[in-house]
Amino acid sequence: MSATNPQLDGQGNLRHFLTTEGLSRALLIEILDQAEGFLGVAQQAVKKVPLCRGKVVANLFFETSTRTRTTFELAAKRLSADVLNLNIATSATSKGETLLDTLRNLEAMHVDMFVVRHASSGAAHFIAAHANPHVSVINAGDGRHSHPTQGMLDMFTIRRHKGDFANLCVAIVGDILHSRVARSQISALNALGAGEVRVIAPRTLIPAQAESLGVRVYHDLREGVRDADVVIMLRLQRERMSGALLPSAHEYYQLFGLTEERLSTAKPDAIVMHPGPINRGVEMDSQVADGPRSVILEQVSNGIAVRMAVIAMCIGTQNLGSQVAGETDV
Amino acid sequence: MTNPQTSTPDTTKAHSTAPATWKDASEIDAAIARMADDLTAMIRERGIAPALMIGIHSGGVWVAERLHALLGLAEPLGTLDISFYRDDFTRIGMHPQVRPSRLPVAVEDRHLILVDDVLQTGRTIRAALNVLFDYGRPKSVILATLAERDGRQLPIEPNVVGLRARLGPEEQIKLAGPEPMTLVRALVPKRRRRPEGEAPSGAAEPAP
Amino acid sequence: MSKGPKLSIRNGRLIDPASGVDREADLHIADGLVVAVGAAPGGFQPDRTLDARGLVLCPGLVDLSARLREPGLEQKATIASETRAAAAAGITTICCPPDTAPIVDTPAVAQLVHQIAERHGYARVFPAGAITQGLEGRQITEMAALKQAGCPVLSQADRPIRSTQVLRRALEYATTFGITLFLQPQDPDLAEGGCAHEGRVATRLGLPGIPQAAETVAVARALALAEQTGARIHFRGLSTARGAEILAMARGRGILATGDVAMHQLFLTEDDVDGFDADCHVIPPLRTLEDREALRAAVSAGHIQAICSDHQPHDADAKQAPFPETAPGISALETLLPLALCLVNEGVLELPAALARLTSGPAEILGYGPARGPGRSIGCLSPGSLADVCVFDPAETWVPMPGNLASHGANSPFLGIEIHGRVHWTLLGGRVAFER
Repeated sequence: MSATNPQLDGQGNLRHFLTTEGLSRALLIEILDQAEGFLGVAQQAVKKVPLCRGKVVANLFFETSTRTRTTFELAAKRLSADVLNLNIATSATSKGETLLDTLRNLEAMHVDMFVVRHASSGAAHFIAAHANPHVSVINAGDGRHSHPTQGMLDMFTIRRHKGDFANLCVAIVGDILHSRVARSQISALNALGAGEVRVIAPRTLIPAQAESLGVRVYHDLREGVRDADVVIMLRLQRERMSGALLPSAHEYYQLFGLTEERLSTAKPDAIVMHPGPINRGVEMDSQVADGPRSVILEQVSNGIAVRMAVIAMCIGTQNLGSQVAGETDV
Repeated sequence: MTNPQTSTPDTTKAHSTAPATWKDASEIDAAIARMADDLTAMIRERGIAPALMIGIHSGGVWVAERLHALLGLAEPLGTLDISFYRDDFTRIGMHPQVRPSRLPVAVEDRHLILVDDVLQTGRTIRAALNVLFDYGRPKSVILATLAERDGRQLPIEPNVVGLRARLGPEEQIKLAGPEPMTLVRALVPKRRRRPEGEAPSGAAEPAP
Repeated sequence: MSKGPKLSIRNGRLIDPASGVDREADLHIADGLVVAVGAAPGGFQPDRTLDARGLVLCPGLVDLSARLREPGLEQKATIASETRAAAAAGITTICCPPDTAPIVDTPAVAQLVHQIAERHGYARVFPAGAITQGLEGRQITEMAALKQAGCPVLSQADRPIRSTQVLRRALEYATTFGITLFLQPQDPDLAEGGCAHEGRVATRLGLPGIPQAAETVAVARALALAEQTGARIHFRGLSTARGAEILAMARGRGILATGDVAMHQLFLTEDDVDGFDADCHVIPPLRTLEDREALRAAVSAGHIQAICSDHQPHDADAKQAPFPETAPGISALETLLPLALCLVNEGVLELPAALARLTSGPAEILGYGPARGPGRSIGCLSPGSLADVCVFDPAETWVPMPGNLASHGANSPFLGIEIHGRVHWTLLGGRVAFER
């Protein structure tokens, strides 16, 4: 029952950006290349290009995330789009309005793009399937499923430091089970031809049949980061630290927290990444987070360029669609 | 700066639009030499030294590199990509290859020499001026183009020109390069919905 | 059951799995009962004769689990709409779970369901009574009174009984009155928050998973208690190879346990959830291909005695949400028989065996087999049985679409797919409840 990729239009152009999974290496590279171009916009005195002038981007956040919302907002504004911020977590759905009602209402305001954050896996796919054909949807995180712009900004950061992906060994450490970021990174790394992708965590934080994602599973940090070129630390949500998944933050740090000493088995030029915000003393110590191998702050600024690229590519494709319709009608 | 994908002439065109050389490398060398002389004179005459030179991707950069060397300018050459300022984004979407603009010296309050390969509609120069003004407020801008042809759609004229052409509306000239540079003449290709690669320089200027 | 007309159904292929009949034979009906198979009794003058040339006639299908949504959820469906759909699908007996609003935990609600169903007269509706009050898993219901009010079995629907002690007491108390308990085997803690099989696809889609052990733990717990108490239990909706295997082993040891499987579990797998297809959101979840094959084998071998529709009609809104937030379930009455024929075509089992899982098998589980005596048994066509009959063309093809389904629920992953098997007549107690 695998349908055609709902993210692409008939010509294979990016129409929505819902997941890194199922996208070709060429398309992922194109996103990275476009982002490279947008990186320069921050250098301009006027940090803005007129590409999406007159377009309306609605940030539809059913789950609060000031960080992600802010970077999307900045990205859209640097493209000269108008931005609507809707914090649905506190408004519509609490009045009994369904997700589709919310969508229809916003479409009536002539929104061109929805940037969606939602607690349920598949929410962005659902919205893309039901949105007006001239509206694009960007997934800003759905449940445990996908956070493709975060995944791509990590790829962008890796490429800037390592050049090619071909022989890279990338180790992802932490709560793989609940992480949409990890899923996006893993599928992007595999599509981009990374040499080896590893995940490192206790068994409680590794999803069933994780190997089917295209990773090698490790339960020992030192072994897992051995000879790695890139070490990605995932955020451990507070609520996972109690209950039956983990005994305590303390033991987690003792076994899976990244320190300079534990990083010593990685390649000497290995970089350390983290999607933020960091729990210092849980996922890694400050020495690593602020150390020379950390590229964590770069990830943040790269995030804006990557999101600009994706927004511009999707909005550019919308217009191709209408042009095709026009050509066939006349 | 050399991009191998843009350096080879496009041989995939259909027979009817097959390019033919209009000006060869030696003719172009001579034209650039004349442009350098004209620019030197203009800089002196207008009192705009030291001027900052900026080339428009891709062909304009190739021409500007030559001019920059001939004029012996001390400050590094700036490069400009106008993809984000094109007025046809809503019609053809993202340009598949965008190179970052590099302006190593601030343009604020400076005299600028903007260099492009072929001037036709004027839309590229309109976009380029917009990019420049988002980097700062220059004191003045003069425009130097290797070739100038008919078909203007905006009130934009060059200050310095190497070669002039008068062509039919279905014809175009493009700069192939960077080594050796030749100007080729061909029929305007039917617009592809999504160009897979970079067309030879000059294609960035949208056709009517 | 009121006196009905005299009817003969002639020239059809009569398949009655309970009596082992599979041959071209006429069926003669009077006063709501089967009076003869083959030659008519002397002097029999039918009021109407149905020509079943080229058609199959079999006992009306008995569905161990179909939700009718009434009382309480009439925006999804009603007893009238769904029993009419059942009749169109050749289903003459429906056992509906007690999770209506109000819950079937008192005789009054059970009687209400009976009354409404009888008023419309499309199918026999047996409400399963609740095992615990409010289905809350704490206080057992007045089981004897529920049985008296027409609940042949008791069920907890999809709600858990967390306390093993409560389950043990419920089994013991029910056994006092010879009542079978329907248990949907799923450990509530292992399944908590899950909406898909914990495996390859859920891992990729980031869907919270329900592990195989959620079923096996629950099956093993219930079997241990059934062995201890001597209770009769029925596993409603097995989904795993291991669950079916444990059941077969327990039956081999003489434990009074039976099991059924929802028809869709014999066709769909975890891969059908890909793309977040909400019509494939079911509980228990669609499992692996290996599970599906094992379930097919268990159905074929008779280790699983019944196939049910697990019909769950929904309004459109219920499926219009991100996958985990959609209501689980498939609208399945009208695809039950065609999918059974598909199992036959795919060589899983012979037609009589397939029909056994839809007629005599479930009738026995409800306690309505031939042993119940003349005028009371269903799921069979021997003389004296209730004349519930399904007459269908096994070769006729059709494409289920929202427009041609009688059910109010259009939530099915089988829509738009060409299937074989079209019901021509459905007889309920000797009267034509449906004819095409």
